[in-house]
Amino acid sequence: MTGGTTSALLPRTLLDVRDLKVGLPTRRGHLSILNGVDLHVKEGEVLGVVGESGAGKSITGLAVIGLLEPPARIDDGEVWFDGARIDGLSGDALRRIRGARIGVIFQDPLTSLNPLYTIGFQLTETIRTHMDLGADAAEKRAVELLDEVGIPAAASRLGAYPHEFSGGMRQRVVIALALCANPRLIIADEPTTALDVSIQAQIIGVLKRLCREHGTAVMLITHDMGVIAETADRVAVMYAGRVIEDGTVAEVVRNASHPYSHGLMGSIPTIGERVGRLPQIRGAMPRVGAVPVGCAFAPRCPEVRDLCRAERPAMMDGRTTSAACWQYSPRWPDRSGAAGPEAGIGTAGAESAAADG
Amino acid sequence: MFSYLVNRVFQAIGVLLVVALLSFVIFNYVGDPINNMVGQEATLEDREELRERLGLNDSVLVQFLRFVGNAAEGEFGISYQFQRKVSDLILERMPATLELVFVSAIIALAAGIGLGVFTGLRRDSWLSRFVLTVSLVGVSLPTFVIGILLIYIFSVSLEWLPSFGRGDTVRIGDWDSGLLTGSGWLAIILPAITLGLFQLTIILRLVRAEMLEVLRTDYIKFARARGLSRRAVNFGHALKNTMVPVITIAGLQIGTLIAFSIITETVFQWPGMGLLFIQGVEFADVPIMGAYLLLAAIAFVAINLVVDLLYAAVDPRLRVSAQRGRGTA
Repeated sequence: MTGGTTSALLPRTLLDVRDLKVGLPTRRGHLSILNGVDLHVKEGEVLGVVGESGAGKSITGLAVIGLLEPPARIDDGEVWFDGARIDGLSGDALRRIRGARIGVIFQDPLTSLNPLYTIGFQLTETIRTHMDLGADAAEKRAVELLDEVGIPAAASRLGAYPHEFSGGMRQRVVIALALCANPRLIIADEPTTALDVSIQAQIIGVLKRLCREHGTAVMLITHDMGVIAETADRVAVMYAGRVIEDGTVAEVVRNASHPYSHGLMGSIPTIGERVGRLPQIRGAMPRVGAVPVGCAFAPRCPEVRDLCRAERPAMMDGRTTSAACWQYSPRWPDRSGAAGPEAGIGTAGAESAAADG
Repeated sequence: MFSYLVNRVFQAIGVLLVVALLSFVIFNYVGDPINNMVGQEATLEDREELRERLGLNDSVLVQFLRFVGNAAEGEFGISYQFQRKVSDLILERMPATLELVFVSAIIALAAGIGLGVFTGLRRDSWLSRFVLTVSLVGVSLPTFVIGILLIYIFSVSLEWLPSFGRGDTVRIGDWDSGLLTGSGWLAIILPAITLGLFQLTIILRLVRAEMLEVLRTDYIKFARARGLSRRAVNFGHALKNTMVPVITIAGLQIGTLIAFSIITETVFQWPGMGLLFIQGVEFADVPIMGAYLLLAAIAFVAINLVVDLLYAAVDPRLRVSAQRGRGTA
């Protein structure tokens, strides 16, 4: 699943987000939405970005492509794409990257397409914006793209309007639109959440196949761990506007270093194993603007120490992944014991289950 | 599509028949038409003879059918006041009104849509705020006050533009045009602005509200994410999506322009149908009033028909629903 991408070829880093901070100026002061996001996507790699609603996954995606809704804006940090810094580029320069080198897929295919134009028009419009093609060549490419994403009788469907397609078919069209100009990276923001479960697998299949064929990297934003486990090479777990764990899928799912990821993975049911109540993490993620001073997860963490409440942990090497957790620092109080967190969270899960039951 | 059109035409005819009935009722029952026509000295016998000659002793239904038949041929009787055929009077005055309405509609649509898009896109700029504040004046001040204000500023104080009349006109066939002479253009500026200002404001505010709404939609976000140029996003994708409600309102408002050019024409002594109507009202000239009523209705109905057809042209989803509607109806 993780493939040779990480070790054998050492592919270049395509997207590198460094300490990205996004804020929202309001009348009652400045709200921090992202509190220093670090993540990177290598060429041809699928990075899954997971987290609860409000963790900042989508905002990260939007910030990368310069589509934050004002007044939200990037306060600090850097976004590097393909060796060049792209945050702070002019609107027009960013526009030329969007669609051409970074494709985007949004959540709801039913509303992503303009209802007043045929899909042929929307495809050729996008193709001709980014590629130097004549009308005929653009139309030919549009048909090829529709073919690739699995729309039957593609040539005859160019004149059809979005409302004449089903949801799954529309998301295929959206994928075709994202792939128009052969982008190096696709940012897919919850691409299957609005779809039927049976369609979800198909869409993920199409996305996966095309990206492998074209060598396109994907930043897959979702809260669906099933999709991540099946699709991604690496996972970045987000919590309260930060990436708190980053590692290969296998390691994060089976052996998470951060107590939050550990709890998150514990909440995935396994087929063939009898469980009573699924373990849950006590409490709720802090609201934007009310993130505690130290580790944002401290109030909910079964392993919490004074250090966690006082100071925010940076990313450090965990067991097999990197995690923003003091447990892996030499400053951790009971370093000597070197006990992993799994025992702790296990009891916590059982406790909360018992308390709720 | 064709049967949809036929359906709409039948509806339009229905509306016109109802208005014709109203018009007929006014003509026959607001006062005694004979009294209005003959002088004080006419004898009872004369009156009775005239009544018979005009067919006023026939049954109401026959009279109504005759009225509709005449109206269909453009025949509305003879004006009491001018002693001339109403149809001739109206045809004489119609070019003035239609030219005025045409110019104000162009002003209202062009400036309304242009400023609406601008204020929608740059909603925080001071210029947008300024335009919106001024547009409040357009909504809240009555037409005659605006007209008089404009006359005071541009005719009386600055002496730039004429305060009344049409200027020189050129006759082309049956059409008296003021749009081919310099003085005609100078004369039409103030009344056209006065007449169109309210409509301009309505369209401006509607386009702005619709733009704000549409710019928030996912497909605009996605169009941006596809890297389309700002122009393609704002005008190709956003503006077109605001058009269905804008066409509705703009259509109704242009109908209003035709029907209610009365006030503007009075203020500027514009020799159009509205002025004719006001003169007709002053003299209880019922044939003119009835004809005007019917004409205004025709204008509204025709514009609404065009609006219905434009919907389908703009929005492909309505083409389908029109067909479905036909299937179930």
